[in-house]
Amino acid sequence: MITLGKTERRARMLRTKPWTPYLYLAPVSLLMLFVFGYPLIAIFDFSTRRIRGASGPFIGLENYRQIFKDEVFQQAILHNAQLLLAVPILVIVGIVLAVLLYERVAGWRIYRTILFAPFIIAIPVIGIVFSNMLSLNGAVNELLRAVGLDFLALDWLGSAQMALWSVMAIIIWHEMGFGVVLFLARLLSLNEEIQEAARIDGAGWWQRLWYVTIPQLKDVTEFYAVVSVITMLAWVFPFVYVMTRGGPGNATQVMELYIFNFAFRNSLPGIASAVAVILFLITLALMIPLFQLRARTEMEGIE
Amino acid sequence: MSVREMRATLEEVHSATRVSVSRRRFDWSVIIKQLVLLLAAFTVLFPAYFMVITPLKTQEAYSLSKLGFPTQIYLGNFETALRGGRFFLWFGNSIILSVGAVALSTLVAAMGAFATSRMNFRGRNLLLSLISSLMVIPPVVMLIPLFLLLTRIKMTSTYPGAILVYAGLLAPFSVYLLNNFFRTIPHEIIESALMDGASPLDILFRIMLPLSAPALMTLITVNMLWVWNDLLIALVLLPEDSMRTLMVGITVFGSRYNADVPVSMAGMLMASVPIFLIYLFGQRYFIRGLVAGAIKG
Repeated sequence: MITLGKTERRARMLRTKPWTPYLYLAPVSLLMLFVFGYPLIAIFDFSTRRIRGASGPFIGLENYRQIFKDEVFQQAILHNAQLLLAVPILVIVGIVLAVLLYERVAGWRIYRTILFAPFIIAIPVIGIVFSNMLSLNGAVNELLRAVGLDFLALDWLGSAQMALWSVMAIIIWHEMGFGVVLFLARLLSLNEEIQEAARIDGAGWWQRLWYVTIPQLKDVTEFYAVVSVITMLAWVFPFVYVMTRGGPGNATQVMELYIFNFAFRNSLPGIASAVAVILFLITLALMIPLFQLRARTEMEGIE
Repeated sequence: MSVREMRATLEEVHSATRVSVSRRRFDWSVIIKQLVLLLAAFTVLFPAYFMVITPLKTQEAYSLSKLGFPTQIYLGNFETALRGGRFFLWFGNSIILSVGAVALSTLVAAMGAFATSRMNFRGRNLLLSLISSLMVIPPVVMLIPLFLLLTRIKMTSTYPGAILVYAGLLAPFSVYLLNNFFRTIPHEIIESALMDGASPLDILFRIMLPLSAPALMTLITVNMLWVWNDLLIALVLLPEDSMRTLMVGITVFGSRYNADVPVSMAGMLMASVPIFLIYLFGQRYFIRGLVAGAIKG
C-alpha cells in the first residue's frame, strides 16, 4: 500500500535491542488503539444491538433493516450522492486556476494567497456568514436585484429545491483552494521543457492544456477526485449542521448528520452505529484506489 | 554620438517597440486570464468584505443597505458580542485543547516515527500501511464508541478526555509526515553522534527533532488548525457550556444573534482574525502541510 521510495532504501537503520522499537511505538500505538482500534470494532458490535444507555440485547441485522426502511436515511444517502456533483466542478476549477497561476499571470502570488484562504477559515464561520448573506433579503439577493437579476433572488437556503445546491456551492467555495494549491504544486514539480517544446512547436494555449498539461496532471487529478469523493460523502457535517440542520424538512439531510442525530439527539446509538458501519465500509472501499494513486503520485511541496 | 551609433540606438528602440507591439497582440488572452482570476478572487473576497463591513454598521444601517459602506463607523456590535466574556472563555478552551492535543500527538508521533524510520522490527511496513489508511477514516465513524466510553469513565466535558481523542486522531498523519521526513536525515550525522556515545533517545531529541524544524512547523500548523476548526468532536465530547470551544461557541452565538446580523458578524470577524493573521505570515507552512498530507480535510 504505502510506497517505499528511494529514500527508504538509502536510510540506514540503527542497531538496537530487539524490544527498543516497540518501546518507542508503544505510546502512539496505545493512543491509536484507543481512538481508532476500539471504536472501529465496537461500531460493528453496537450496530447489532438495541442500545439504551451503554449497552443492550443482540438483535442481529434489525438496525440495518430499520435504516434502509427509513425514508430519511434514503434521502440522506441520495443527498450525499448528489453532492458528488461537486467533484468534477472542483477538479475543473482547480486545474484551470492552477494553470493560470502556473503561467505566472501578473499578481499570481496574491491570487494564490486569496484563493487558498477559504480553506483555512473555520467552517462554522463560513456557514454563519453565508446563511446571513443568502437569506431572502440578504446581501447576495441585494446584489442580484441591484444588477437587475431579480428573478434570481431566491430563498437560497430556505427553500427545499435550492438548499442542497446552495450548500454544495458553499462547500465548493471552501474546498476550491485546496485543489488549486495541489495542482499548482504538481505543475511546479514537472519538467518545464515539455511545455516549452510544445510552445516552440506552435501549440496554442488550449492545445497545450489539453494535450500536455492535463495528461501530466492525470495522477494527481485522480487522487484529488477520490479525496473529494470522500469529502462529499463523509466530511460535510459542519456545513449542514451550521447552515440548515438538515432542513428545510430533510432537504439537506446527509449521512453524518443522521449519525449525529440518532446517536446524540435521539439516543439510539445502535441505529447510528449501523450507519457508521456503512460509512466506514464506503471509505474503506475508496481507500484502495486512493493508495494505488498515492503510490504513483509523488507529491512535492511548493516554495 | 556618431550617426552610426544613433542609428543603432534608434534601431534598438524600434525593435523594442516592435516586440511590445507583437506582445500587445496577445494582450486579449492576458486580459481573459486576469478576468478569470479576478472573478475567482471576487467570489472568495465577497463574503470576507461582508464580514468586515457589516459589524461596523448599526442594525438600522444594515437593514437599509446590506452591502454599502457604513456612513458612520459604529463599534457597539463588538461590545455586544464580547459582553459576558463568553468569547474569551471559548478562545481559552480552544487554545488549551489545540495546544494540548498537538503537543501530545507530536511527542508520541515523533517517538513512533523514529522507530518506523530508523529501526528494524517485524511488521514495520504493515504498520506504516495501517497508519496511512487511518488518515482517511472520518472521525464521525469512531465518535459513538468514543462518546460512550468517555461517558462511562466520566471524561466527557474534560480537557484530558478531548485532548486524548484529538491527539489520537492527529497521530496517523503526524507519524506519516515525520516518518517521511526522518528518512531524509543523513545517516552520517546519526553515526557520528553514536560514536560520541549518544543513546537513541538523545538522537531523537538532540538530532532528529532539531533537524526536522521545518517539518515540525508544518505539522504543528496543520494540526493546530485542524483541532481549532473542529466542530463535530467538540460538540459531542464537550457538551457542558463552560467547556465550549470557539467553534461550538460561535455556532451557538450565530443562532442566538440570528436576527442581529451586525453583532453576529462582529463575532465571526473576531473569531477569524487570529487564524487569518497566522495564515498571512505562515502561509507556506499551511500550504506545504496540507499538500503533504493531501488527505485531511
